[in-house]
Amino acid sequence: MLEISHLRYDVTAEDGSDLGILRDVDLTVPDGRLVVITGPNGGGKTTLARSIMGLNQPTDGTIRWNGQDITHMSITDRAKAGVSYGFQQPPRFKGLKVKDLIALAAGKPDLAPGEGCRYLTQVGLCADDYIDREVDASLSGGEVKRIEIATILARRAGLMIFDEPEAGIDLWSFAKLTETFEAIHKTGEYTLLIISHQERIIQLADEIVVIEKGEVAKHGPREEVFPQIMARTIPGCGYMKEA
Amino acid sequence: MDKTEWKILKEIADLEKTPQGAYNFRVNGQLDSRHTTANIDIVSKTDKPGIDIIVKPGTKGESVHIPVVLSMTGLTDVVYNDFYIGEGADVDIVAGCGIHNTGCETAQHDGIHVFHVGKNAKVRYVERHYGEGPGTGERVLNPRTEVYLDEGASITMEMTQIRGVDSTVRDTVAVVGAGGECIMNEKLLTDGTQHAESNMEIILDGADATGRVVSRSVAKGDSVQVFHPCMTGKAKCFGHVQCDSIIMDNAKIKSIPAIDAQDLDAQLIHEAAIGKIAGDQILKLMTLGLTEEEAEEKILEGFLE
Repeated sequence: MLEISHLRYDVTAEDGSDLGILRDVDLTVPDGRLVVITGPNGGGKTTLARSIMGLNQPTDGTIRWNGQDITHMSITDRAKAGVSYGFQQPPRFKGLKVKDLIALAAGKPDLAPGEGCRYLTQVGLCADDYIDREVDASLSGGEVKRIEIATILARRAGLMIFDEPEAGIDLWSFAKLTETFEAIHKTGEYTLLIISHQERIIQLADEIVVIEKGEVAKHGPREEVFPQIMARTIPGCGYMKEA
Repeated sequence: MDKTEWKILKEIADLEKTPQGAYNFRVNGQLDSRHTTANIDIVSKTDKPGIDIIVKPGTKGESVHIPVVLSMTGLTDVVYNDFYIGEGADVDIVAGCGIHNTGCETAQHDGIHVFHVGKNAKVRYVERHYGEGPGTGERVLNPRTEVYLDEGASITMEMTQIRGVDSTVRDTVAVVGAGGECIMNEKLLTDGTQHAESNMEIILDGADATGRVVSRSVAKGDSVQVFHPCMTGKAKCFGHVQCDSIIMDNAKIKSIPAIDAQDLDAQLIHEAAIGKIAGDQILKLMTLGLTEEEAEEKILEGFLE
C-alpha cells in the first residue's frame, strides 16, 4: 500500500516567497489498484510522482510504501524497495543499447534476448529493429518513451508509476500500451499509478485522482469521478461555450 | 615471457596464448617470438629497429598480431613497423602496447607504423594502449601511424587507450585514394594527472574517397586532453568528423576539429561536443536500483564501448 500524508513541496520564488507546488497532499492507494492521476498542466502531478521515487525531496509530509517510511530514503533504496517510475521525458544515453538498459532494469546482466524483446513488444516496438540500437538521439521521442516504459515493465516493481505514457506515442502503439496496462493490472500483483489525460487510460482506472493547484481536488472510484471531469471540460470554459 | 607480461598481453591484445596466424611479440625492446604463414611474412629491419610485415595479394581472413610489452623501467623503445598489404587482401592486424613500470624512471614506447594498403585491399586495425605498475616512473606512449590507401582500399582503425598511460601524443595520418575508405574510431580515458594529445589527419585524395573519425573520450581527475582531427577533401569526397567527450572532476579537454575543402565537390562535416554526464542519466539509472557510482560507471562504460 502506498500512503502519502500531508505532502508539501515548496520552491522559492524570485521574490523570496514560498511557491507551493504540492500543498498538503493526502493519498492512499491500496495494493493491486490502478489509479490514474489527472488534472490541469502545472497542477503538481509530476512533482508528486517524482517525490514518490525520490527525485524530488518534499519539504514536509511522509510517504510510506508497504508500511515503510521511504520519505528520506535514497532513490536507489526506493528502487530496491519496489518503487519504479517511468520518466515523462526520458534521458538518452550515447553508447548504451536498448538491451543494456532493459537488462539493467531487469537486474539481469545476462538477460536472455527473448525476454528483452518481449518487453519491447508489449510497448508496440518491433524488437528486432530496436534491441541492438543505442538509446541516443537517433531515436524519436515516441521511441525513447516506449523504451522507457519497457524498462519499467522489465523491473516488475511492486509500484509502477508512469508519467504521461501516451505522450508522443502513435495510435497503434498506444492501443498496444493500454492492453499492456490492462494485462499488468489483471495479474493483481502490481500497484499502478498512471499520470494521464487520455480517456482510454482513464477508462482502465479503478480510481481517479484529480490534482489541481498542488492539492487533491477529487479522489474516488472511476464511475464517480470520470463523469465529473467530462462535465467540466467543455461547459467550464466560457470561450468554448460561445463558439 | 613471464606472468606479468602475459597479463599485459591479455589487456592489449586479448591473448592468453600464442595466436593463430602470423605474429611478432616484442618484449623490452627485443624480439620475443615470431611466426609467419604462407601468405604473411615478417622480416626484421636491418637499418633500424622494427619489422616489415608483408601480406601477399589476395590473402583472405588471416590475422597478424604484433604486440609490444615493456616491463623494464627506464627503457625507451622506438620501433618502426611497415605494413605492405597486397592487392585484394583482407586481413586483421592487432597491435598495441602495454607498459608495466615498477620503477621510478620513465618507460616509453614510440611506435611508428606505416601502412601501404594495395588496391581494393581491406584492413581492420586494432590498437590498444595500456599502462600499469606500482612504480612512480611515467608510462609514455607516442605512436605515429601513417596510412596510404590505394584505389578502392579501406581501413578501419580501432584505437583505444583506457588506462594507465601517463603521457601520450598520438599522430595519425591517412591519405585515401579514389573510392577508398578510412574509418578511425578512437577511445580515450585519462585520469589523475595524465595528459593525452591526439592529432588525426585524413586527406581524401581521390574521387569518391570517404573518411570518418569517431572520437569518444572521458577525462577524469586533473587530466588534460587535446584533440585535433582534420579532414581534408581534395576531390569529390565525403568526410565526417565526430568528437564527443565527457568531462569530469577538474579535467580539461580541448577539441579542435577542422575540415578543409579543396574541391567544389568535397562534402565535409564536423561535430564536436564536450559535456559532463547529464544528471538525469544518473537519476534514471538510480531509479533502476543502481547506486550513483554504479550509474556513473555504466554510463562511461557504454560511452566508451
